[in-house]
Amino acid sequence: MAAGSPLLQMERVNKHFGDLHVLQDVDLEVDPGEVVVVVGPSGSGKSTLCRTINRLEPIDDGVIRLEGRPLPDEGRALARLRSDVGMVFQQFNLFAHKSVLDNVTLGPIKVRGQSRSEAERRARELLARVGVENQAHKLPAQLSGGQQQRVAIARALAMDPKLLLFDEPTSALDPEMINEVLDVMRDLAAAGMTMIVISHEMGFARSAANRVVFMDGGRILEAAPPEEFFASPRTERAKDFLSKIISH
Amino acid sequence: MDAVLDNLDTFRQGFITTLALTVVSTVLALVLGTLLAAMRVSPVPTLRAAGATYVEVVRNTPLTLVFFFAVFVLPQLDIRLSFFVFAVIAVTVYHAAFFCEAVRSGINAVGVGQAEAARSIGLTFTQSMRLVVLPQAFRTVVPPLINVVIALTKNTSIAAAFGVVELTAVATRLANANSDAVIAIFLGSAVCYLALTLPSGWLAGRLERRVAVAR
Repeated sequence: MAAGSPLLQMERVNKHFGDLHVLQDVDLEVDPGEVVVVVGPSGSGKSTLCRTINRLEPIDDGVIRLEGRPLPDEGRALARLRSDVGMVFQQFNLFAHKSVLDNVTLGPIKVRGQSRSEAERRARELLARVGVENQAHKLPAQLSGGQQQRVAIARALAMDPKLLLFDEPTSALDPEMINEVLDVMRDLAAAGMTMIVISHEMGFARSAANRVVFMDGGRILEAAPPEEFFASPRTERAKDFLSKIISH
Repeated sequence: MDAVLDNLDTFRQGFITTLALTVVSTVLALVLGTLLAAMRVSPVPTLRAAGATYVEVVRNTPLTLVFFFAVFVLPQLDIRLSFFVFAVIAVTVYHAAFFCEAVRSGINAVGVGQAEAARSIGLTFTQSMRLVVLPQAFRTVVPPLINVVIALTKNTSIAAAFGVVELTAVATRLANANSDAVIAIFLGSAVCYLALTLPSGWLAGRLERRVAVAR
């Protein structure tokens, strides 16, 4: 990969759910180390955008490239790509029948072929990094939502991803748990992780994003550094969206 | 009653044959059924169609016809095996369709997020089925699986008509030879079937309580 070339490129990406045109000619480039926060009203296509990047949702047309290579179709090549793109879900989706530690080591052992001891040592480091090291042998259901989401982040990090996708990571959390997750994400951003974050947390967007992308009706309407986007949004839709968020 | 006690050894042999037929067929049918269920939820349309066709054809065919097919059609294709093996094939092929549907309902009960999370860490479809989805799916379908096991146990009696000397065949032969003790003989064979099916039910209860804790 040539220096300065983008890690992720999306070109004229289109996606339909039946009659609904959820992504309309979406273009987006993300550089290595960049943190992009995608904001917009419900149904604007943010989550779908996020899910097309590791092909949990296939696209109808357009191209998505990671490190210059188009996403593979189903099969082993796609599995390999997904192992390099971490994903954190709104509903955490920890493996319900496995302990916290086994959640984090499953990928490294089965996909990367690491030994159990090596995977566990690294998993404990990561669990310590996200502050849940003393929960390693519990089942996910025994943890709070905030703890579960931090384990989910550790599980994604265990694969040493090139890119981390966050699909509304704090939307299912009680208010007092949101910050413990956002703090972990801020640390990751500061450590240089490339991240695409779908979020309603404007405070996080202000403090951690390099760029804020505003979506509405399946299109990207604006993309600007956070200080610029929040101070002077260019489109009426973005102004309207921000006024509704700030007014409560 | 004497007719039963005098022929305990014959009963024992029939019981062992039924037990063997049940255990071997259950294991094979459960494996085949699980494979079919995985096919039916796979991302490959051809596999999905093949799995669905198998289930629809087999579960809508009477088991006796499946036996006829195994015992009379397979030998015409130069496949020559013992009656016991033909019976295993017929019972396995037939009940795999029912195991498939029970397992599939379990797969559908596992949240779609579990499979998405499995795929997003780079597990292949087969790995995510084996390591994440199926272990959770089986927990939710213990009762319907045991239903199929019990039906299978009783359905092995059809093998009696196809040259396998199992419990029902033994009971029929003894009844023919001791026409004064027909009731005792058939009650005796019914008790033998209960000795197979009741423990399945108890096992199911224990399994359910064990896996319930893990949820």
